[in-house]
Amino acid sequence: MLRLPTFDFQPARSVEHAVALLAVHGNDALPVAGGTDLYANMKLGLFAPRLVVGLRSLTELRRISFDSQHGLRIGALCSLDAVARDSAVMAHYPALARAAAMVGTPEIRNMGTIGGNLCLETRCNYYNQSAEWRKAMGHCLKRDGDICRVAVHSPTCKAINASDTAPVMLAYDARIALVGPNGERSIAVRDFYQNDGAHANVKRADEILTEIVLPVPTSGTRSTYRKLRLRNAFDFPLVGVAVAVATDADGICTQARVVLNAVGSAPLEIVAAESLLLGTHLRGESTADAAEEVFKAGKPLENANAGLLYRKRMLRVLAQRALEDVVRPLH
Amino acid sequence: MGKNGAAPSQAHVVGASLPRIDGYAKVTGAAIFADDIALPRMLFGKLLRSPHAHARILSIDYERALRHPGVVAVAVGGDLPARYGILPSAQDETVFAIDKVRYVGEPVAGIVAEDELAAQQAAALIEVRYETLPSVMSIDEALLEVDGSGEKIHPESRKANNVHKEVHLTFGDLDAGFAAAERIFDDEYFFEGNTHAALEEHSAIASFGADGKLTLWSSTQTPHYLHRVAASVLDLPASRIRIIAPPVGGGFGGKTEPVAHELAAAHFSRKTGRPVKFTLSREEVFYTHRGRHPVRIHLQTGIRSDGSIAACRLQTWLDGGGYGSYGVATTYYTGALLPVTYKMGAYAFDGCRVYTNKPPCGPKRGHGTTQPRYAFESQLDEIANALGLDAGAYRAAIAIDPYSRTINHLRVTSCGMREALSAVAERTDYSEKHGKLAPGRGIGLAASAYLCGAGLPIYWNPMPHSGAIVKVDRGGGVTVFCGTSDCGQGSQNMLAVIVAETLGIDILDVSVCAGDTDLTPVDLGSYSSRVTFMAGNAARSAALDVRERIAAAAGAELNIAPDRCVFERGRVFDRDEPERALSFVDAARAAEASFGTLAGVGSYTPPEDLHGDFKGSGVGPSPAYSYSACVAEVEVDFETGEIRVERIVLAHDCGRALNPAIVEGQIEGSAYMGMGEALMEESAFRNDLHRIPNLLDYKTPTILDTPRIEAIVIETEEREGPYGAKEAGEGPLNPVIPAIANAVADAIGARIYATPITPERVLQALDGTTGKLRLRAPVATRTA
Repeated sequence: MLRLPTFDFQPARSVEHAVALLAVHGNDALPVAGGTDLYANMKLGLFAPRLVVGLRSLTELRRISFDSQHGLRIGALCSLDAVARDSAVMAHYPALARAAAMVGTPEIRNMGTIGGNLCLETRCNYYNQSAEWRKAMGHCLKRDGDICRVAVHSPTCKAINASDTAPVMLAYDARIALVGPNGERSIAVRDFYQNDGAHANVKRADEILTEIVLPVPTSGTRSTYRKLRLRNAFDFPLVGVAVAVATDADGICTQARVVLNAVGSAPLEIVAAESLLLGTHLRGESTADAAEEVFKAGKPLENANAGLLYRKRMLRVLAQRALEDVVRPLH
Repeated sequence: MGKNGAAPSQAHVVGASLPRIDGYAKVTGAAIFADDIALPRMLFGKLLRSPHAHARILSIDYERALRHPGVVAVAVGGDLPARYGILPSAQDETVFAIDKVRYVGEPVAGIVAEDELAAQQAAALIEVRYETLPSVMSIDEALLEVDGSGEKIHPESRKANNVHKEVHLTFGDLDAGFAAAERIFDDEYFFEGNTHAALEEHSAIASFGADGKLTLWSSTQTPHYLHRVAASVLDLPASRIRIIAPPVGGGFGGKTEPVAHELAAAHFSRKTGRPVKFTLSREEVFYTHRGRHPVRIHLQTGIRSDGSIAACRLQTWLDGGGYGSYGVATTYYTGALLPVTYKMGAYAFDGCRVYTNKPPCGPKRGHGTTQPRYAFESQLDEIANALGLDAGAYRAAIAIDPYSRTINHLRVTSCGMREALSAVAERTDYSEKHGKLAPGRGIGLAASAYLCGAGLPIYWNPMPHSGAIVKVDRGGGVTVFCGTSDCGQGSQNMLAVIVAETLGIDILDVSVCAGDTDLTPVDLGSYSSRVTFMAGNAARSAALDVRERIAAAAGAELNIAPDRCVFERGRVFDRDEPERALSFVDAARAAEASFGTLAGVGSYTPPEDLHGDFKGSGVGPSPAYSYSACVAEVEVDFETGEIRVERIVLAHDCGRALNPAIVEGQIEGSAYMGMGEALMEESAFRNDLHRIPNLLDYKTPTILDTPRIEAIVIETEEREGPYGAKEAGEGPLNPVIPAIANAVADAIGARIYATPITPERVLQALDGTTGKLRLRAPVATRTA
């Protein structure tokens, strides 16, 4: 069977301790929370840290709190299962509860954390393979190579952001806290990701993600997350669509967020679709036009478990259905 | 006798859904599987595998690997040069490739070290220089003549292309049959290759003793064949080799032939004098493979005006991968069992297996019969629709009769196909629903047949196919010794049921010692659904052998004729005056006092009149056939193409159910596995590599994808089976795939002529962008 490479493991005594360890060891160290992604990748030879800094000991990062002034604060170490079952999350951020509940399997949701899911390594079926397989295929930009296997002329890695919760966080205008040697900084989830599969977020090696803050949704906000996958468990999204819309008393759309995942290395907000929804009653034509914009904007590649033409075609269907999900109860 | 000397609670073990005897250990985790075995001073092995699909090996340098800390030994092709293969006609593999490699993942060298990680890291230090050759990755390419720039995968093969085996058989007057047909249905299908995906990755542990004897534990379905091949490859007398098959964590045909890591473990243990373990990673299991062949199928069926089959011509092209494996048998199997279900006026079969540069294909549950069955039952569905006939009633009308011969001369005995067909149709209201459900909803039906054991052994010999010894202890405990390997199907329990029933004792008073070539008589192995029928008969005969002596002694004690002795509920009593009785223990003691040590022997050899007399008649005959029928109901999403299987009703004629709960379990597992093959599973390749050699990307259904499964046990009385039993391990899988295909066709009003039936293919069919498959040029491969 595949064995983990040898490494030292040190549980963090505090956030500061974790950050100090990461700062001292630089690229030789990696933090681990649930380990559902990192250890599997280490077995494949994708990472070989000399030191793994365990974050599970940081129990202070396992709290979820909500108040109607400041919104929702989620400690990064909350399990995906805890997020999916939290009553405030279910009441005020149903798309997040839904997305968290659609990650992996019950075992993965019990071990995997919300912070880990937001930091999920981008995925590609040229990359998530054993060292022997990658050697036989030829290495790629993301690891050991100098070309992208799925888009050979691409200057950047095209691995997929397959986090189920990332597009939802973006749709809710969430912010995240990153703590590093120089203290804490807060950035919008929108600015956290970048569309380069080999450098998919702006978190520095000596920073850890400690908290996610979601603002109080505007009253009348409705939201959902739709995920296409080949099986009803286990699978990462082939494509996913998060939608959040707010309407005023007349049913006119005042805010709209339409965000895709699994079509690029970062969650992709479809502003053109949002514009088409704003100011409308969110009825047939505007939603169909918005779905069309989603279809046009999403450009999947041949690096997931279904053909790119199918995944592209499904963008329209998923967007349409997601919009129907959020609109239906309004009428 | 029960555990505390209490009488068994019921008179008969046969037919009772008792907990299986090996279930306790498996459920609690106490069962010792191969990889659980750890011996003192054990080394760990790793195979270095080829990164090229087709290449010549120029040199191998392992000096650096040998110097890696912890490494103890390295071996390459020349160290174990003997060729082997499961079939005498295909001795084409070596433990490590010699001269050339034929698929990505083929073992090139082996390495053993103090721990697994060191072996893994050191394997990467072995430097192999290759000269790559053009690869052949499809049936089409393999059928082309190899020109100057290429090289045949097996240069010694006689043909100018990469064809491995051709078969041409004709029964009856085909031309006259087609001439008499009112309509001829002519369709092409493609059945995608897939793999077994057993939970347990293969594992082998070898220990070579100072006495020069080798003990080899392996997760194998065929300890006897491993015994033979190990003797030949290691050049050791078979008498110095002991093969032990621990409980196997799923086989499905993937562990039915000796493969490199088992022989490498033995070699390294001999070389180092230390125990050696090899456990494959999941990716390595995908390369070891021996899974379902991809098969292209051309099927022409001529129908008389009354719907009966006047003539049928089947052509199959099998993508065999890099080596022979069971492939010659697989090729014959694609044609041999089609006529076992329905009467035909004439039948012709042309099979062709090609080599490609992929992991070798072999047998998977249903071995070679699954692919043409999918095609045939799909076409029958179209025939029934075209003739305006009910699919179930139509099949029943053309069904083979019990106790008859097929057009290809196979002997059919008991046959519950008509009963199975009506059971599934009635349970689901098939006739009321088919063609009448709302758009997007569909119902489909199919039937099938399967072997109860291959009628002939893999290597020719006149000896029994299965043997058993039943030993009776003075305390009343009974041990049955038999060479079977339990790959989860319940063969341990089956042996206990047969012996407990024959001796009238509690099943927990029977111990089973199986799969150990030092201790147990030969059983050929867990393949071709042969174990219940053959080992069951051997065990029954061994139990009857010892019972005869116990009856003689008990008769003497009770002053009755031995043939009046009844064995039941832990007692031996007079048929006419049941109060004249001895406990089984006392009867056994009396017998031991009279006759000495109490043990019975038994064996089973299939009858000889099962088949015709023509070249190729050796594949297909079986002492009996099982029959199955399935109805599937599906819902299809017209926008996403997603298929939700809502219900599978699967009826199976298993003869007499020795343990109905286990039969139902086999039926349920078949429904699940068949559904995965129908909808998801595929051996997919890209740039010569297996594209998805892991269980995240290679899709098998999760429990959330699995519908309600209703198992219906159809009992027939099979005269030659042990207590009337036939098989249940493989047969029920076959009708599931076409039943789902037929249900999808009913749901969307279009047929998809290939598996797996993915959402993408559903949308293409709905768009009208795919229709019937059309074979391209090199189809005419009949030898001139």
